[in-house]
Amino acid sequence: MFALVDCNNFYASCERVFQPQWEGKPIVILSNNDGCVIARSNEAKALGIPMGAPAFQYRSFFNQKGVQVFSSNYPLYGDMSSRVMSILELYTPNIEIYSIDEAFLQFKGFDLFDLEIEGHRMRKQVRRWTGIPVSVGIAPSKALAKIANKIAKKYDAKTKGVYCIDTEDKRIKALKWTAIGEVWGIGRQHRKRLETIGVTNAWEFTLLPDDWVRKNMSVLGLRLKKDLQGLPSIQLEEIQPPKKGIATTRSFEGTLTTFSDLEERLSTFASSCAEKMRKQGSSCTALLIFLRSDPHKKGATPYRNSCVLTLPYATNSSILLSKYAVIGLHKIFKEGVHYKKAGVMIMGLIPTASRQLPLFEGKETKHLAVMQAMDRIHKRFGPHQMKLGNQDLKRTWKMKQEHLSQRFTTEISEIITVK
Amino acid sequence: MTSQKLTFFHPDQDQHKSLHLVNEGISAGFPSPADDFKELRISIDQEVVRNEEATFYARVSGQSMQGAGLDDGDLLVIDRSMEPQHNKIAVCYIDGEFTVKRLKVTPGGIFLMPENPNYQPIEVSEDNELIIWGIVTYVVKKL
Repeated sequence: MFALVDCNNFYASCERVFQPQWEGKPIVILSNNDGCVIARSNEAKALGIPMGAPAFQYRSFFNQKGVQVFSSNYPLYGDMSSRVMSILELYTPNIEIYSIDEAFLQFKGFDLFDLEIEGHRMRKQVRRWTGIPVSVGIAPSKALAKIANKIAKKYDAKTKGVYCIDTEDKRIKALKWTAIGEVWGIGRQHRKRLETIGVTNAWEFTLLPDDWVRKNMSVLGLRLKKDLQGLPSIQLEEIQPPKKGIATTRSFEGTLTTFSDLEERLSTFASSCAEKMRKQGSSCTALLIFLRSDPHKKGATPYRNSCVLTLPYATNSSILLSKYAVIGLHKIFKEGVHYKKAGVMIMGLIPTASRQLPLFEGKETKHLAVMQAMDRIHKRFGPHQMKLGNQDLKRTWKMKQEHLSQRFTTEISEIITVK
Repeated sequence: MTSQKLTFFHPDQDQHKSLHLVNEGISAGFPSPADDFKELRISIDQEVVRNEEATFYARVSGQSMQGAGLDDGDLLVIDRSMEPQHNKIAVCYIDGEFTVKRLKVTPGGIFLMPENPNYQPIEVSEDNELIIWGIVTYVVKKL
């Protein structure tokens, strides 16, 4: 049996643990740079605020309706997430952390346990220990556990946050209840195709012939079908594969026009990508940089360009990546353009341990020691304390975070005060 | 440039002498007599944190719990995994504010008791929104 444990409105719930005055009130959390809404409490959903709503468009609406706005506080969410996951690990050794607020749990050899009772215990313990409310869906397969979780959440009052698909009747009822577009792993393309042949819910999908599913939706589609039939076919992925692509891109608050400003930005983005790679033990063999002008600026011809740079050898050195990013900028920079967005993406990621070392080129070994020192300094004194020469130390491109709450669990000077 | 004469040496392969290869580092010197008795250094964290996942911290503001040894500016260790009980010191959220008080559970109701004669006990009525947020397990103070 599998369980999917999902934190309810996770970011909003994290904020409420430390600021209970927002319990029962509409709150939204904004993306990096306070751009758009990325998380909503139930009350905010009820007001009709959509995901991705641009903050500047909704400002007066928020004021009018008393919606509390938060900037995203990832140090807080990250810590609360790891607390929740550690508690879930007390229930079974087989756990897949699916995202910051979701985990699949597999129960092998738990035949003597009533998993629904376990689900309620889990829910109560997570709530008591961390303050985070979770919903639990239990079923014979991962795809069904996903659906069970949706039912638990939707009919919270009736299910008390836990729903178990443990009979054939319940399975069929649940599948009929689930619109085809809501099924885990069915994207827009597949949904369209399925709808044209008259498949509107998950139940109808499971009635399609295997051949059709395999032909039109590959073996992954077939696995999904089996999973929904209650024959577990999608395995638990206990070890997260390292990310295949890493990117740092930003929209600027205003626009940038000079080469030196962009040089500074791209160099910083490249360093940040390199740091992310070092964290997961990867190196890259190529990087892409791109620039885009402000599409809303009237009278200016839009300009967008990108270029790919192949590196002489796989590396994760900030120095080298930043150097190549600037080489790329020389190639695509155009005078007189108001740039609104730029970014660095890295490609061809390989594990650092298995890369081919260069024979003639390469200050790699020297860089390695410098990078390690840099990472240690950042860990100890906070990010951005040490930069490369072409990054401006004085200039602060601070993220716009006007509604940021404290880092209640990771910074001793920002903990709650009690009277 | 001075010319130098090079002498080439060839391995002598006629005599088959075999030598042992020791493929591990050999450490020289006298082994430390303390090695077998090494233990982990004392950690305050380990002593005061029973459940890492449920442990949070708070800073005391004010004097209401002076009698219990909680002074202004002290650091509190809060364990959310503990069940609230009569006589425990708890961090509570009541009427829009975090407060630390001793819980008094009587047949007549729940009271939040200060430990300073200048403060009044708080009687929790049905109109109050009370959250017992966590139980205080340790207090860290700077002398």
